[in-house]
Amino acid sequence: MGEHHHGPAKGLTRWLYTTNHKDIGTLYLWFSFAMFILGGSFAMIIRAELFQPGLQLVHPEFFNQMTTMHGLVMVFGAIMPAFVGLANWMIPMMIGAPDMALPRMNNLSFWILPFAFAMLASTLFMQGGAPNFGWTFYAPLSTTYAPPSVTFFIFAIHIMGASSIMGSINIIATVVNLRAPGMTYMKMPLFVWTWFITAFLLVAVMPVLAGAVTMMLMDIHFGTSFFSAAGGGDPVLFQHVFWFFGHPEVYILILPGFGVVSQIIPTFARKPLFGYASMVYATASIAFLSFIVWAHHMYTVGLPVAGELFFMYATLLIAVPTGVKVFNWITTMFKGSMTFETPMLFSIAFVFLFTVGGLSGVMLAMAPVDFQYQDTYFVVAHFHYTMVAGAIFSLTAATYYWLPKWTGRMYSETMGKTHFWLSFFAFNLTFFPQHFVGLAGMPRRIPDYALQFADFNMVSSIGAFFYGSSQILFLFNVIRTIRSGRPITDPKVWEGAQGLEWTVATPAPYHTFTTPPEVK
Amino acid sequence: MAANNIAKTVGKLAIVAVGMFAFVFVVMVPLYNTLCDVLGLNGKYSGKQYEVVQANVDKGRSVTVQFVAANAEGMPWQFRPVEASIVIHPGAVNTIEFYAKNITGSDMVAQAVPSFVPSRSAQYFHKTECFCFRRQPLKAGEEATLPVQFIVDQDLPAEVTNITLSYTLFDVTAMDKASKGVANR
Repeated sequence: MGEHHHGPAKGLTRWLYTTNHKDIGTLYLWFSFAMFILGGSFAMIIRAELFQPGLQLVHPEFFNQMTTMHGLVMVFGAIMPAFVGLANWMIPMMIGAPDMALPRMNNLSFWILPFAFAMLASTLFMQGGAPNFGWTFYAPLSTTYAPPSVTFFIFAIHIMGASSIMGSINIIATVVNLRAPGMTYMKMPLFVWTWFITAFLLVAVMPVLAGAVTMMLMDIHFGTSFFSAAGGGDPVLFQHVFWFFGHPEVYILILPGFGVVSQIIPTFARKPLFGYASMVYATASIAFLSFIVWAHHMYTVGLPVAGELFFMYATLLIAVPTGVKVFNWITTMFKGSMTFETPMLFSIAFVFLFTVGGLSGVMLAMAPVDFQYQDTYFVVAHFHYTMVAGAIFSLTAATYYWLPKWTGRMYSETMGKTHFWLSFFAFNLTFFPQHFVGLAGMPRRIPDYALQFADFNMVSSIGAFFYGSSQILFLFNVIRTIRSGRPITDPKVWEGAQGLEWTVATPAPYHTFTTPPEVK
Repeated sequence: MAANNIAKTVGKLAIVAVGMFAFVFVVMVPLYNTLCDVLGLNGKYSGKQYEVVQANVDKGRSVTVQFVAANAEGMPWQFRPVEASIVIHPGAVNTIEFYAKNITGSDMVAQAVPSFVPSRSAQYFHKTECFCFRRQPLKAGEEATLPVQFIVDQDLPAEVTNITLSYTLFDVTAMDKASKGVANR
């Protein structure tokens, strides 16, 4: 055994061979940012084509590839790895552990990801083009009528799934076994709790996704007929299997974000989180409910009335624990000594905009009205309010919040606030009008549209260009902080910050808590 | 000690992950098919032959049964019902025919997949004989009349006065070759 307080190795091999949770967290975060830019550039192509009615820039076939790749890259490449990166960095520091429970598996679960996405991105250059069947890859569009590159897509999904399962097992093993003495479950920070529950969701449903794509693979290449009516299968079965994975998946994408804002709001309101225990139970309830609501994505496939009613009521029930959370965040801020640093601004925007997305979710949950909303831009507006203003805003907030702890340097507050206000306005400019065109009947995933939607689409596109370019400011601010930000040494960084991660030196040393702290 | 506990946690979680993968194949797929069958969901037909039970014919009630034939994409056969619709009495045994011709120059195998409107009528529509129970081979240029013998159950809800039975014909020549020797479902 070497000596304990060595620093990181030098050069490229440091990153290739590293088993340090902070290094791996950093790798995940940079990788996910690169994917965010890639997926974002696909979105820019989509919005450029939709700037005006008619076909201007790209062929409809390529447009379909863009919508598909945008969804896949954002969900599996940007949001999920970014939260895993945060988990790697923060969970050991928050529970007083020296590292993740399985450091070598940690290295493996990161390093297979770039191969998965290289494989997925390479389909863009293949004969027949990239996957073009939407990120939900409904059969038979993704089997009988798919481009040949679908097989590469299937293996890419397998690798991403393996990476996520390993990452989640690692997180659960860490939380269960490596908590510092005195760190009971009900003392864990909310970010740890939400990730702990998310990890269970991942272990349960990523294998279901793997099963779904495996069935596709067998239908395409081995003559089975899981989803082919000709051989006695059923395309609707695909939708059931997919959404049995897909609905828990959307909570996988948002629950760690709930955790992030539950850390940030108390810090800048200078009050402890209101209703800690109810937050934990609400998160667990949401996770449980996510398994029994999947068919609300399928109201129009011809479910029996009893099924529609069951899935409608179960879905509406989710509004209760979610409401508890929103209530708690607002009550935490109530009568607090609030200051509005960049992380706080993003967190407040998260609470506000995620609630907007939640309310349009309640509208979509109602079976009778969903027949109108199904597959329109209203759905697009809804899930971007939850995924962008929810997941992405919370990730941005987390980056600003913990960046000084990671680097020992302060980011530029002016630039951060500029980034926030640009993002906030541009986001709403992009997605709010999509509610209107959706209600008026504009279908999603089309390269051309009826003339009456022209004005709102132009507004949407302008907003999207602003939103996209404001992320460059974010990247610049982060790089500037790392290279030449104002050095800080205060372990607490933020006046109101609570928790073990703020007791270690700033910047966080390469190894922390090699002897576990005592938690009172 | 800690390492031992970690190994235990990982072992349990790995079992969950593998179990969920297996769950898709051994639980979800059969469960879905069984539920559709039992509840008559999705207009899905079991493909099982119905054993005739002697029942009274309800002469006082008439139901119109319409027949629709469609070709799946890439299926070149001629395919149509010989009669577009018939009026039947619940409980009576009826026989109708479809006509199919392989107009291509090569031997092919087809599979007809039924579907009902309204979908809940599926569970009251009993077929005692149907070409859709098995794959239908036709040689190049060959034609055939394909019989369907059926009984509409007397328990058919009173408000159903019209049933549409639609067959979509799929080209399963390649699938048939691949699974030669494997029993059809």
